[in-house]
Amino acid sequence: MTESLTRTELLLIERPSRAVVDVGADELVEAAALLLSSGFRLALVAGHDDDDATLRIVYLFVGGPPDQRFELHVRISRLEPRIASLAHLSFPAGRFERELRDLFGIEPVGHPQPRPLVLHQHWPAAWHPMRKDAETQPPMNPDAKPYPFVAVEGPGIYEIPVGPVHAGVIEPGHFRFWVVGETIVKMKARLWFTHKGVERLFEGRDLESALHLSERISGDSAVGHSLAFCMAVEEALGIAVAPRTAELRAILLELERLYNHVADVGALCNDAGFGLANAHALTLRERLLRLNEQVTGHRLARGGVQYGGAVLRSLPTLNDLREIGQRFHEIVNLARSNTIVMDRFTGTGVLSATQAREIGVLGVAARASGLARDARYSHPFVQSPDTFMMACADAGDVLARFQVRCDEVDASLDMLADYVSRTGALSVVSFEHTGESTHHGTGIVEGWRGAVVHRVEFDAAATLSRVKIVDPSFLTWPALAVALADTIVPDFPLVNKSFNLSYAGNDL
Amino acid sequence: MNSVESVCVAGLVAIVQIGAVLVGGPLLLGVMRKVRSRLEGRRGAPIHQPLLDLRKLITKQRLRPFEASWVFGFGPVILVATVAAVAAISPLATTRPPLGQSSDFFAIIFVLLLGSVFLALGALDTGTPFGGMGSSRAMTVGALAEPALLVAILAMSIPAHTSNLPALVRIGLAHPVVIASPARLLALGSFLVVILAESGRLPVDNPSTHLELTMIHEAMVLEYAGPDLGLTMLGESMRLVLLLGLLVNLLVPWGVADRPGALAFVIGLVALVGKVLLAGVAIAVFEVFSAKLRLFRLPELLAGGFILAVLGAVTAVVSR
Repeated sequence: MTESLTRTELLLIERPSRAVVDVGADELVEAAALLLSSGFRLALVAGHDDDDATLRIVYLFVGGPPDQRFELHVRISRLEPRIASLAHLSFPAGRFERELRDLFGIEPVGHPQPRPLVLHQHWPAAWHPMRKDAETQPPMNPDAKPYPFVAVEGPGIYEIPVGPVHAGVIEPGHFRFWVVGETIVKMKARLWFTHKGVERLFEGRDLESALHLSERISGDSAVGHSLAFCMAVEEALGIAVAPRTAELRAILLELERLYNHVADVGALCNDAGFGLANAHALTLRERLLRLNEQVTGHRLARGGVQYGGAVLRSLPTLNDLREIGQRFHEIVNLARSNTIVMDRFTGTGVLSATQAREIGVLGVAARASGLARDARYSHPFVQSPDTFMMACADAGDVLARFQVRCDEVDASLDMLADYVSRTGALSVVSFEHTGESTHHGTGIVEGWRGAVVHRVEFDAAATLSRVKIVDPSFLTWPALAVALADTIVPDFPLVNKSFNLSYAGNDL
Repeated sequence: MNSVESVCVAGLVAIVQIGAVLVGGPLLLGVMRKVRSRLEGRRGAPIHQPLLDLRKLITKQRLRPFEASWVFGFGPVILVATVAAVAAISPLATTRPPLGQSSDFFAIIFVLLLGSVFLALGALDTGTPFGGMGSSRAMTVGALAEPALLVAILAMSIPAHTSNLPALVRIGLAHPVVIASPARLLALGSFLVVILAESGRLPVDNPSTHLELTMIHEAMVLEYAGPDLGLTMLGESMRLVLLLGLLVNLLVPWGVADRPGALAFVIGLVALVGKVLLAGVAIAVFEVFSAKLRLFRLPELLAGGFILAVLGAVTAVVSR
């Protein structure tokens, strides 16, 4: 057995909280298989354009509790950018590899779907935007062929193209349905219409504006992304934060979860034609946004998370939280007592636990399919209250995802009540360089959609050289198509809303 | 009264009835939206907002899909024209509308259906998937709703020995017992279900959704813009008022003018407005607490309507 494989095996015995193993390209598959079969999850794959001779690929495997993050680093020649595919071991790995193929030009050998993922057809084929030498504005390919959809053919099957421009004010995505009567045979989602090159925008940016940028990766996850980014930077620079800081950050994170879950619960009812519940949910959401403004000075809770701390202006009062809880229960009871709404939710868009596990689904969708995945549990940064219970359901249908959101609102309110009753300062910013600076770090945060993962690297001059962002939507989007099988077309908006995945977080 | 005079009176009645339906349609829509908004705790748009929308749409540029044929432009016109024609001869404000003897319940339902059929054809004409999807759904709903309606009319016609609409209303006025008969009540229940289905209200269709994949009626008219869209909206709202007007006059005919004379006609008109307003508000209140049924549950609802109609017809036959 080679040295790096022995080291990987050793990791599984010693179980340190952080570890980096350099593996040879030929040992990658074995090392990855070892980690995956030991219950680790592939959370992130990042390409790195290190120098003129080599490209480096970082595979981040995470597990917990206790919090464990193991990285496999593989160096390959720039002249022969190939890597053995892990797609047969893990579906998320296959997605990451296709992303790597587009952005870095690294060919995954043995990949079952060696097709572009991020870049649409009109981008030049040999252009890989994350390479250091890539032109910022390459010539477009005007002769690009339309996307080769794998068409479903047969008697009575017809196609419905929807988007990328939709009737509502939502982000762009193209959905192609193949339908018999009203039953969906297959759905294919085309995303990345808003690929902005966010990761590249981070490179070389000063830390202050990098934090601002991280708050704007996905507008509704300002806290989730900025906190994950902040924690990654702190880990890289060896900054330890005070326990009070963690509590303040947790308050922000739960506030973000609250307003988004409340809006989703209302929107789900609205999509079932029950506008009454949505009207009340929107009122409650507005109240939560105003609460955010009181707490942070910004309705979307931007500006609260800072390096080495958190800055709050005030805390929500227990009375606020109680009232919000009461109003929310009224809305949920209204929805539950409507038999038509419950009928629409029940059994619609089922994602089984096996499917969810194989796809690598995260967050609300995973918990609604019976997978106990929650970064607050596996990668905690704060001491959760003893009463914290992960909201889970088994059915995997729209109702289960609705229910998980309702339960999480309750759990968040309980957590907030606990955090605000702990005494301490309103804002804490302290830079205590405890550990040595490792120049790289990871941040994992359970945002309201699921686990947000950031990995940052600094170069020798201490500037940001690489930021890799994984929004839970990137890993969860494929589940939507699977859950839609045998669903009817008019129920698609309901199923889509029950996942409510981010376009911005996916497209990056 | 000489014949010239009677023709003039008849023309006036027709014009007033058409005008009432023309203005009443958009206004009723505005009232229903307002009621919904208020009950949901929102302020809502002003009641005359649909009229403003209409003015905006009518003054816009006419824009039609490149490959659409004359059928596409014909749809909205036929819709408005058929509703207006039926409005002229229906017993709305008076039981003696012009050409009242030809105002047969079966006939006017099929005349109204012409508008729906042309809208569906217009949607197919564009060749877009949404048009096809919308018209397929609308025709499915229609195919399930029409039989219920036909049997309902049959149930009302058997005791009255006529399917002439003014006669049906007059009989209700003269013998209120007929209205309270199970045949009439069951048939009108069925008629109400059909009205909700045909005019795209909850729980069959969600008139306020922007989600193109769930739409029935809205998907069908998705390609219409400007004046065409305005006419479609106008025609739809007129049809709702017309059908509600018929429903309330069959259920509570009191107030409708049963003798010639201007005063009686005006009273009839006011009574009609009041009754239709009440019916519209009742539907809006129902909609607030309702939700949209799953598409595949619609046959159950419409089958329910059909059963009501059949029961009505059976009781009508048995109690002869």
